[in-house]
Order: sequence, then C-alpha cells, then structure tokens
Amino acid sequence: MKTYLIEIKLNKELKEVEVTAQETLLEILRNKLGAIDVKDGCGKGDCGACAVLLDGKAVNSCLTLALQANGKEVTTLRGIGNEKNPHPIQNSFVKHGAVQCGFCTAGMVVIAKAFLNQNQNPSRQEIREAISGNLCRCTGYEKIIDAIQNMALESKS
Amino acid sequence: MGELEYLITKDFEEIFSAIEKTKGLAKFIAGGTNIIPYMHAEAISPELLIDLNGLEDLKYIREKNGTITIGALTTISEIVASEIIGNKCQILHSAANSLGSPLTRNRATIGGNLADASPAADMAPPLLALEASIHTKRGGVEGREIPLDKFFIGPNKTVLAEDELITQIRFSKPKDSARGIFIKLGLRNSLAISVVSIAVILDMEGQVCQKARVALGAVAPTIIRAFHVESKLEGGEINENIIQECAEIVKEEISPISDIRASAEYRRLASSVILKRAIQQVLKGEVL
Ligand SMILES: Cc1cc2nc3c(=O)[nH]c(=O)nc-3n(C[C@H](O)[C@H](O)[C@H](O)COP(=O)(O)OP(=O)(O)OC[C@H]3O[C@@H](n4cnc5c(N)ncnc54)[C@H](O)[C@@H]3O)c2cc1C
Ligand code: FES
Ligand code: FES
Repeated sequence: MKTYLIEIKLNKELKEVEVTAQETLLEILRNKLGAIDVKDGCGKGDCGACAVLLDGKAVNSCLTLALQANGKEVTTLRGIGNEKNPHPIQNSFVKHGAVQCGFCTAGMVVIAKAFLNQNQNPSRQEIREAISGNLCRCTGYEKIIDAIQNMALESKS
Repeated sequence: MGELEYLITKDFEEIFSAIEKTKGLAKFIAGGTNIIPYMHAEAISPELLIDLNGLEDLKYIREKNGTITIGALTTISEIVASEIIGNKCQILHSAANSLGSPLTRNRATIGGNLADASPAADMAPPLLALEASIHTKRGGVEGREIPLDKFFIGPNKTVLAEDELITQIRFSKPKDSARGIFIKLGLRNSLAISVVSIAVILDMEGQVCQKARVALGAVAPTIIRAFHVESKLEGGEINENIIQECAEIVKEEISPISDIRASAEYRRLASSVILKRAIQQVLKGEVL
C-alpha cells in the first residue's frame, strides 16, 4: 500500500503519522493516534458521533480523508476538556443529566463548543438546528438542549 | 483494485497531466461528502484522488456589476453565512441551509453538489431558476461556460469531460422586483434527502407576471425546469385558475420514480401540491 506522511496538530500536540489515501481522519485518529474519544457510529455522515474540530470548524471525521487534515489543527473531545480539567460545557452536560449511555456525548460536546463560539445567546430552536447532525438514542435531546442553553446563560452571568 | 494515490497541488497543469496518465481512473475530491461514502460502498474504485483544495482562489462569493459569482470550492456553510446570498437570493440561502447537517455543510462544496449530479441535489433547483451557468477549466483546451440547464444529462451524469473541472458558478443578481421561494419536502426535519424540491422565481409588474422560472428536484432523472408551467404563468395575471392549471401541468412535466423514500405517485401529487403552495407564497410577497 502506498503511504503518505502527514503532520497534524492533535489537541495542540504535533503528530506525524503514515496514512493511506483511503483512510479517513476518523480511522487514523482512533487506530493510529489512540484518540478513542472520537466515536465511530455510522461511518457515513448520519450520526455526528465522530465530530471533531478541523481548524476550528466542526466536521464529520468519517467524511474527511486523513490526508485532508494534513497541516491542520484537529481538536477532539479531550482537547476541549478532560476528567481532571473538564470544560464548562462538560460540567453542564453532567449537571443537566445530558449523558446517558454517553455514545453521542463526544460529538455533542464538540458541536456545542463550535456553536457556542459563534452564538453566546442561543434560543432552543437555534440549539436544535446546531445539533441536527448529531443523533442521540437515549436522552430525547431536551436535556442536551438544557445543558447547552444553561452553559451559555451561566458563562454570561 | 490498484493502489490508491493522492495528489494535491496548486497547479492546474499538474492536475491535467496526472489525469492523462491515469486514463479514466482519476477522481476529483472536494469536500468528500459524496465520494468518501461511494468509495466505502465500492461504488467507485479510482486509482488517483485529486484533491481540489490545493487550488487557490476557488473559494469566494462575489458580486460585481449585477453578476454574482461563487467559486466551486466554496462550502455550503459559507453560502449559508454569506451576506451577498442572504440579501440578494434568499432561495439559494434556504436551499443551502436545508442541505445535510451543520457538520456536513462545513465540508460539502457547491461544485461537488453540482458535479455529483444527484437528481435530488439541493443547490441545483434554485440555481436553475436563477439561470446560472457553470465555468470550467480543461486540460489542453479552453474551459467553457455551460448553462446549468444543459449541464445534467442523467442521474449522476453531467456533460463534464473527465479532465474538466468546475471553477465557478455564475448568475445575474435577480431584479429587485423578483420574488422567489425554495421548498423542500423530506422525510424528516434534518439530514433529509429531498423527496421533492421546488424553486420558483416570479418577476411581477403589478398583477402581471413578466417572467417565471420554476425548477424541480428529485422528480426526474435530472433536476429539471418546468417550461410548460413557466409559460402558463408568464404574460398575464396569476389567479387561482392559473395556479390550479399549473398544478395539473406539472404532473405531466415530471417523470418521477419510486424508491426507498417515496413512490412515483406520491411524488406526482406532492409536486402538484407544493408547486401550488410555492406560487401562492411568492404572490403573497415572499422575498427572494
Ligand atoms: C449525511 C449526508 C447528508 C447529505 N444531505 C444532502 C442534502 O440534503 N442535499 C444534497 O443536495 N446533498 C446532500 N448530501 C450530499 C453531499 O453532501 C452534497 O452533494 C455535497 O455538496 C457534495 O460536495 P462535496 O464537495 O462533498 O463533493 P465530493 O464528494 O468531494 O465530490 C462529489 C463529486 O463531484 C466531483 N467534483 C467535486 N468538485 C468538483 C469540481 N469543482 N469540478 C468537477 N468535479 C467535481 C467529484 O469528483 C465527485 O464525483 C449529503 C451527504 C451526506 C453524507
Ligand atoms: S460516524 Fe461519522 S457521522 Fe456517524
Ligand atoms: S446518551 Fe446515549 S446516544 Fe446520547
């Protein structure tokens, strides 16, 4: 297999990795860079579990070639916050019971981060639209919307 | 399948000579939101992927002397966020805002949407109604300008040569007197592929319709203009009778199929109802 050496800044750390032209960003994050906080749900753009920030924009990592991330910054859930140092969005998810099985949570927090960067005072409808590419099979979405809205309110006050 | 190779470059000539060398086995990739799933499903097996994101200056939305131009690599999110598009052609804004999800829109490009030529491609009906044209670049010969109504020739088929790429989409800014609407019927609110989509633009002078443009998606092998509906609307006052006649004519102008999303019969009825609704809403003063 022909391989290519790419360089990405993964959660602020520079990484070099050999990839093939077929491999998606999702595949190399999970299989070659140990970033298993990125979830593999459907592999075809339908669920949003694989969302990451690519140069600050939320994208489906399953619909992005690894080679297309070459020279770019990739931020995953762990780049936003971790157990020791959780991001306020993560605290808000916990506080509002927005995490049940947790499978969608990584993607939800990533999209919430990108969205709140642009809109600090969102309506519930705007939040619904923002998370419309992220499926959750457990919560019924209301608690996720509560978490994102309250996070916006609290950070203002 | 042979080995898959990847090329990204600023240089058009390098792209064209790579295509010549691979003889039918090269594919362009822009956002990748169509082509990556096709490769996974083994619907296509190219030997060379040419990433158009290396080309500079194909990402822009500009307005000059009444003409709006959009670079082929412009993402659907960039179109949603554009003031030029929001102020001057709301129908293109609403179509962009209905495509996929915010995540897919950040990758998906307008060039990829048109080149993929899905009968359900959401950017195509408004662009057809706006009488847009496509500008291309080709290896060896001059690029050309292709009117969008001559561009699609079948499901996933266009007139583009293998070594021809879209550089720009161009259309005249609609007149201030023009009004329009884009309506998409899907099976759910988000991430829905169109079951029927309709774009209508009417240029009214008082009660008289000077010009009508009507385009439909997902109801024929390609996105289509409804020419008979247009001529029914043009040249006179649009009353309920005319609208009712259009709702009948459109059923004959389309040739829908049955698929996993809907039956042909449902698509015929839905096109008729949505066309009626679209015309009525435009007459009520829906802005373009
Ligand atoms: C989850 C999901 C939901 C979707 N929902 C919708 C929807 O609601 N409506 C809709 O219309 N589409 C939808 N799509 C399809 C797709 O996202 C769009 O058609 C998108 O605009 C394709 O653009 P791209 O840049 O990703 O194309 P790519 O996948 O990169 O390319 C598509 C095709 O176009 C060719 N190509 C790309 N750019 C050029 C160019 N400049 N010149 C010549 N050829 C070129 C490629 O070779 C390829 O054959 C959806 C896809 C997914 C995965
Ligand atoms: S895994 Fe990427 S959207 Fe489902
Ligand atoms: S918490 Fe289980 S899928 Fe969302």
